[in-house]
Amino acid sequence: MFARAVWLILRKDLTVEMRSGEIAYTTLFFAVSCILMFAFALVREGRAPEDGAAGLLWIAIAFAGTLALGRTFERERQSETLRALMMAPAPRPAVYVGKLIGIVALLAVVEIVLVPLVALLLEARVLLERPFWLAAILAAGTTGFAAVGTLFAAMLIRARTRDVLLPVLLYPVIVPVMIAGVRGTAALLQPEVDTAILGFWLALLVTFDVVFVTLALWTFEAVMTD
Amino acid sequence: MPRWFLPAAILCGAMFAATPIVIAYAPFESTMGLVFKIFFYHMPSAWMFLLGGIVCGVASVRYLATGAARHDRTAWAAAELTVVFGLLTLVTGPLWARKAWGTWWVWDVRVTASLVSWMIAVAYLILRRYGGPGSEKLAAGLALFGMANVPFIYISVNYWRTIHPATSVVPTLPVSMGGPLWFCVASFLLLFILLFKMRVRLEEQRARLDAVYLSLDE
Amino acid sequence: MTPPDNLDFDHVAGDDVSRHFGRRRAVSRITFTARSGTILGLLGPNGAGKSTMLAMLATLLRPTSGTIRFGSLDARQHGAALRSRIGVLGHDLFLYPELTAHENLAFFAGLYRCADPAAVASRALVQAGLADRAGDQVQSFSRGMRQRVALERALIHEPRLALLDEPFTGLDDASTAALIARLRALRESGAIIILATHDLDLTEGLFDEALFLRDGRVLSAVTRPEQLRSTYRAVMGRG
Repeated sequence: MFARAVWLILRKDLTVEMRSGEIAYTTLFFAVSCILMFAFALVREGRAPEDGAAGLLWIAIAFAGTLALGRTFERERQSETLRALMMAPAPRPAVYVGKLIGIVALLAVVEIVLVPLVALLLEARVLLERPFWLAAILAAGTTGFAAVGTLFAAMLIRARTRDVLLPVLLYPVIVPVMIAGVRGTAALLQPEVDTAILGFWLALLVTFDVVFVTLALWTFEAVMTD
Repeated sequence: MPRWFLPAAILCGAMFAATPIVIAYAPFESTMGLVFKIFFYHMPSAWMFLLGGIVCGVASVRYLATGAARHDRTAWAAAELTVVFGLLTLVTGPLWARKAWGTWWVWDVRVTASLVSWMIAVAYLILRRYGGPGSEKLAAGLALFGMANVPFIYISVNYWRTIHPATSVVPTLPVSMGGPLWFCVASFLLLFILLFKMRVRLEEQRARLDAVYLSLDE
Repeated sequence: MTPPDNLDFDHVAGDDVSRHFGRRRAVSRITFTARSGTILGLLGPNGAGKSTMLAMLATLLRPTSGTIRFGSLDARQHGAALRSRIGVLGHDLFLYPELTAHENLAFFAGLYRCADPAAVASRALVQAGLADRAGDQVQSFSRGMRQRVALERALIHEPRLALLDEPFTGLDDASTAALIARLRALRESGAIIILATHDLDLTEGLFDEALFLRDGRVLSAVTRPEQLRSTYRAVMGRG
């Protein structure tokens, strides 16, 4: 039942998104604008700051992700469809997992566009030569970000000032994800990849993901009911 | 207020008044001299910051598990104290660092991790203040996540810095400072308890007032 | 321990149920019983507590005191299983604007574990008289049409308890008559229907029992009320 509910919710979200494309296009464009702003701010005399690509990529992901989270739950708030999901016999954590997978999928699409852009504009072409490691770091980091972000965004759905509260609550809590993601990506920018360091950051991210998804599953029902 | 409150408050005031004297008689620390005395306020503040964080986290878990309002009051009061003592710690630290090593800020593990944890506590208060009705449960969730995050923050910040090798700028606790240090810790702990009691009582009164309003409706 | 999937109950009872938000008492010590095969009306002005009561019956809110029992079952213990026997039509329609009428119904049918959700959805659309608009996105529908789809969504899993909040809003005459006939048929089949409404003229003769609410309290409970509008005025004027 859990898996079925997750699948139904995920499929519904994908259908809705593909019909309108609103969240995907706007988030993508926003992320690209971020990178451009960073480029204009930091590229001096045609040269990008050393190692800058890693940090800026992850900042763009964090900003774009926050936007996407806000919009996804705003959609559920109209017509109160989140309430309808809560009223269904589906186990409530299934709603969380369905939303989580949807957000990760959306951010994956954004990252597919962002990585080549960052590689090009911020002189990090070497990133493209190590796709598997890069994909692993991005996947683990994005999941960590989304694990916390989905819970917080769902929690805030009926709060006032929810738009600004989401980043205020989210960013301090995902500091470890940002650090691990950036340092891991930076390790990929070195001429020689130090797999020990890379492995360490990846392991940290995966641990974070496991711990926080579990915590979210435990607390989702308690936090969402009045 | 309970009967012990006023005598305790007077005692606390007296102890704090005595701290400068007690500190003055503590032995001079060899390398840093007079400025080291700030440490006697800095470390107890840090401990109270930590205590507040733990109380808030534990109370939040209990609130999520049971829904009993008193855990929520405890968590909120503890969060406020965490922010206050955290601020004290983060201010006295750089004051000391500036005089001792010529720099206002260091990206040391404990310092950075404290800053991030402090920001989570501030976020908690912002949520309570601006989140509107129903934000008690949300705040409890945030506190739980914040508490679970501490080891991750520590580990990630620690290894983040190894690019710039750090000599351990912040020394480990020089417990040879003994007597005066524990006196200050006791003063701060008493202050923490007093403030906590006051704050929880405020919320209890509010809850009682709400109950009176409600029973008027009967 | 997972409760059996086919939990059922033959009555819903509220016992001294209260719900407050801070200082505001939304529902104050309401006691009632609604048996299978009856229609209970919740009547009262805005702010009387009707929507809050319905939310508690839908297990979305917990009472701050008192209990709500579904047969012998407590909502706190058996939440998920009970929810599969409850259908809700709310103020907000709980429909996804970007999905078609058929997709909306099939989604919720799947979520409510109906066998063959697609077929169930098609049948429901036929019943609502919207079979020809099955493939159109709900956002292109008028309010009345959306209301009809929302009603089907609420009833798609043949719930034991149907909770309806202002179901007549935006319906034209034909749809209103169809809804009333539908509710009567549901009652015959043994469902418990609890309905909150302002439309006293439309619901004349519909209720087996009516609770008149104001400020969260029951002013009067009338069995088989006649002359709803004048009864309402009398009760509200008195209270």
